[in-house]
Amino acid sequence: MSTSKESGKMKTIVFEVLRYDPEKGGTPHLQEFTVPLHKGMTVLDGLHWIKEHEDPTLTWRSSCRMGICGSCGMFINGLPRLACTNQITHLHSDRVVIKPLPNFDIIRDLVPDLESLFDRHRSVKPYLIRRDRIEQNSPTREYFQSSEELVNYIQFAYCIKCGLCLSACPTVATSEDYTGPQALTQGWRYLADTRDEGTEEHSEELYSKHGVYRCHFAGACSQVCPKGVDPAMAIQLAKQAAFLKSMGLCKDKPGAPVTPPIDNWVSEKEIPKPPEPTVARES
Amino acid sequence: MQHRYKNNLGLWGWLGGGRYGADRYAYALHRLSGLGILAYFLMHIFVTGTRVDGPEAWESAMHFFENPLFRLGEFLVFLAFLYHAVNGIRLVLVELGLLVGKPGLPSYPYSHSVIRQRPVLVVAMVITAVLVLFAGADFLFLTK
Repeated sequence: MSTSKESGKMKTIVFEVLRYDPEKGGTPHLQEFTVPLHKGMTVLDGLHWIKEHEDPTLTWRSSCRMGICGSCGMFINGLPRLACTNQITHLHSDRVVIKPLPNFDIIRDLVPDLESLFDRHRSVKPYLIRRDRIEQNSPTREYFQSSEELVNYIQFAYCIKCGLCLSACPTVATSEDYTGPQALTQGWRYLADTRDEGTEEHSEELYSKHGVYRCHFAGACSQVCPKGVDPAMAIQLAKQAAFLKSMGLCKDKPGAPVTPPIDNWVSEKEIPKPPEPTVARES
Repeated sequence: MQHRYKNNLGLWGWLGGGRYGADRYAYALHRLSGLGILAYFLMHIFVTGTRVDGPEAWESAMHFFENPLFRLGEFLVFLAFLYHAVNGIRLVLVELGLLVGKPGLPSYPYSHSVIRQRPVLVVAMVITAVLVLFAGADFLFLTK
């Protein structure tokens, strides 16, 4: 499939970018730019080219350019995506239409106001809550957790707070009060963590009238998540846990204990010794 | 603070708004069919309420609804009911956490719960389609 226009030897691609100037106000409009295309070029690279060569006033937010920081979430060719992890040729179109993430206010051009995301995130108390605050604040040892217990939540801990799921969610589109897939997933991430003892604190928002029961499994959040966090699953697991608990089929477990002191620890005899150093140590 | 542009998708985001998977459209249709059934229910209460005014009022109301347009409407209500019921069973199973799989270590390319339950969506839609065909035959040939 031809993904770009031929103009002489240089392949080019048309960028349509939504522009909004808060000082002028009015309605945002699309502006066209023609960008030379090279192999491996990401949407973010294209935006950088426009800023460098065509219009220095074009504004967006980005940082790491490798899908870790979650700053460059944009609505690209009909889906919320990260501009840095999507190559232009992989979009299979000769036009790249870029708009700011929907369901967030636009600050300027492609910059969405993510404050509502962070408010939602804070509302589920996304941190480890322990009854013994002294041990938590000045720990003597780590909390005991097996690798099987880790798997129950590690996937949800990969969230980079990019806001793509909130732009994709149809419930968020009509209800500003809905806690949203991102925050609900983070709430469940701590409920599923065996070290956590704050079930009540996290549940307050998670099972409120704007919580998990407003989700009807449209699945768009999991479809667009760039880190494989799968918010839709986290929300269904939270509903399942509430159901099992209400039927008396599962009970709250006490928080994971602090590992025993070093004296009781027995070393594994099978662990091989490290190889001899190949460089002589300085005496 | 500088002026912000409100960019909430509203109802448009509810119905579509992007190149999303079938499940998101199943969600929209589920809500629409639910609203359709609710509208029918309100109408139904009003119509059966005419019986209070005596047999004549009831008869004339029934006569009014013999119009083919209302027969079509009745069929659409039944379609909405079929879809809402079958898809609703899928949603109950999903919300009990039965079809979404288990959390695992995220490794690329990522899989997710929506893909894992997709076959059940397909089966639900096939069941709905078969029931719709039976219902259509019934409306066309079996009842007057």
